[in-house]
Amino acid sequence: MYFAVTFSAMLGILAGLGVFTFGYGKGASYLSNDPKGCANCHVMQDHFDSWQQSSHHHVAVCNDCHLPHDFVGKWVTKADNGFFHSLAFTLHDYHDPIQIKPRNRRVTQSSCIDCHEDFIHPLLPVETEAGTGDAKAHDMLSCVHCHSDVGHAFRTISSGSKRD
Amino acid sequence: MKSSNQGLVRWMFLLTFLVGAASFGVIALLVSIFERKQEARTPFVKIVEVNEVSTDPEPWGLNFPLQYETYLKTVDTERTEFGGSDALPPSKLEKQPWLKRLYAGYAFSLDYREARGHAYMLSDQKATKRVTEVQQAGACLHCHASIVPTYRRIGLEEQGVEVTEAKLADSFNQEAVMAGFKAVSQQNFEDVYAELLKTPDGVVEATEGDPHLGGAHPVSCIDCHNPDTMQIRVTRPGFIEGIAKLAESEDPVPHLPSIAKWRESGKERPYDPNLDASRQEMRSFVCGQCHVEYYCANKMTLTFPWSNGLKVEDLEKEWEETEFPDGGGEFYDYVHKETGTKVFKAQHPEFELWSQGIHARAGVSCSDCHMPYEKEGATKFSTHWVRSPMLNINRACQTCHNVPEAELKARVDIIQNRTTAQMDRAAVAMTDMLDAIIEAQKNGATEEQLKPIREMQRKAMWRLDYISSENSKGFHADQEAVRILGESIDYSRQAQAAAYKIGNTKEAAEKE
Repeated sequence: MYFAVTFSAMLGILAGLGVFTFGYGKGASYLSNDPKGCANCHVMQDHFDSWQQSSHHHVAVCNDCHLPHDFVGKWVTKADNGFFHSLAFTLHDYHDPIQIKPRNRRVTQSSCIDCHEDFIHPLLPVETEAGTGDAKAHDMLSCVHCHSDVGHAFRTISSGSKRD
Repeated sequence: MKSSNQGLVRWMFLLTFLVGAASFGVIALLVSIFERKQEARTPFVKIVEVNEVSTDPEPWGLNFPLQYETYLKTVDTERTEFGGSDALPPSKLEKQPWLKRLYAGYAFSLDYREARGHAYMLSDQKATKRVTEVQQAGACLHCHASIVPTYRRIGLEEQGVEVTEAKLADSFNQEAVMAGFKAVSQQNFEDVYAELLKTPDGVVEATEGDPHLGGAHPVSCIDCHNPDTMQIRVTRPGFIEGIAKLAESEDPVPHLPSIAKWRESGKERPYDPNLDASRQEMRSFVCGQCHVEYYCANKMTLTFPWSNGLKVEDLEKEWEETEFPDGGGEFYDYVHKETGTKVFKAQHPEFELWSQGIHARAGVSCSDCHMPYEKEGATKFSTHWVRSPMLNINRACQTCHNVPEAELKARVDIIQNRTTAQMDRAAVAMTDMLDAIIEAQKNGATEEQLKPIREMQRKAMWRLDYISSENSKGFHADQEAVRILGESIDYSRQAQAAAYKIGNTKEAAEKE
């Protein structure tokens, strides 16, 4: 009986702490599409700022380019990135300047194509990736190799801010 | 019954432990999130007032600990392949014996070492044989010391103002700074150094009978920052005059858009970098206050030769056209001891060579590579540990170049090795030329015969020295560096051939 009471009490404390931490850590924002949620980690502040000045600002938020557009892919990638980003941020263990991982680079590439497919259709590779039947993920020159400014303006001159 | 009770107890223990561990984890996460949120507040606390006499960086460091801590790291010794810091920096003269012949007759042939970090600039200058064995001009302190309050004090004294610490601390007073700068330009090193010690710095208080009111510091916060606003600024009279001359010139300078803007605006007042330049330009100008070519002796004020532009031949043209004031004759830096030719000594034209390069053209400033941004918590700041980007490839290069470190290092190595190889060839050509001229003089060449040869010798030596003294081994503008060395080789060989010709004619004449 004594143990049951202790256990229940502890479970209650844990639940309370958990809910508080979730709220304090703005946990719900990670389930949304709001770019401010991504900038909760202040290392993303520059990326948020440069997105606001980019040409895609009015048509695309972080998730539009950095998550797959199908339901399952979106939430799997969100969970994957969410976990590893918070781990890196909590332990302060990441490459600075931040560099995109190959998997996320493929995601971004697919997102470019998904929206612009009708225009760039003749440019896409004919062969499909082995086993997937999916032309989008095929190894091709990355769109942002040339169009590096579309999502994050002034990316190439990080300190190019003018006095006036 | 008893055994099932025991089993339950065990389960309860295990669950209690698990819940405890989970709570521990949640609390750790909560604290971590709290700390990260605190970081993001980026507080600035002004603890002490700094003003225009605060040459000592320490009080500034109380307000700006991150910048100050990194500034202090400039005492650290780290070497790159081609340069860097050492407790007793290796002698360049031992490593490259041709430098002794290049500088024959000049103080640099006595002692010439690798540079160390900013922290050492003043103490190393006092120790070098160039200063201890040769009488040097006080102009050297224009860059090696935090000297602007001293210029201002002397300028105010010249204007007949009674100078107090409060008056010195009051404002920058560019007019007084310029007057003081001109007043000390004829004085020698020891006298100007003594003047430095007399200027109060707001920290070291004078005691009764102590002639030292202040202390002498190497370049510090006040040399690049406005003490009221922390905005970056240029303070050095040599630069302020030099950049105004450059703005007046026809040189296109596409990497300095504010100059084009000033030219279009009708040039109603002289170009003033502190009013006209963008923040990004200022991030190079503060370095260009010292890392440039200049005249630094006591026949005239310290001069940046920028009235024709920033290319090597633009600077050369200005020196060729310069006459020393008071009938001192044509401009030269030293008379070459082996050949008797008056030649120019290139200082360290980093700003000028950078201006010809791709990085300047792309809007990348000196600070972007040598003082890249760092993060301490959520605070982003420009590191004040000024050093080679090769020691910090991650932040210096990878911010823009999304390429592995090893690849970036390899690219730089290629440029620096090519430049060095070409420089070695230019050095061989230069020593061959010197031998040929000495030979021609032994054979009794007349001054009239030697005149065109001397001109080529000067051009060859100026170009070789220009790239040899410049601190990037060609990286700041690789094609330009190799072009300049190519011209040096050409002039050396032309002079050599011309000198041989004199010898041949003489031999032929003797045979007849």
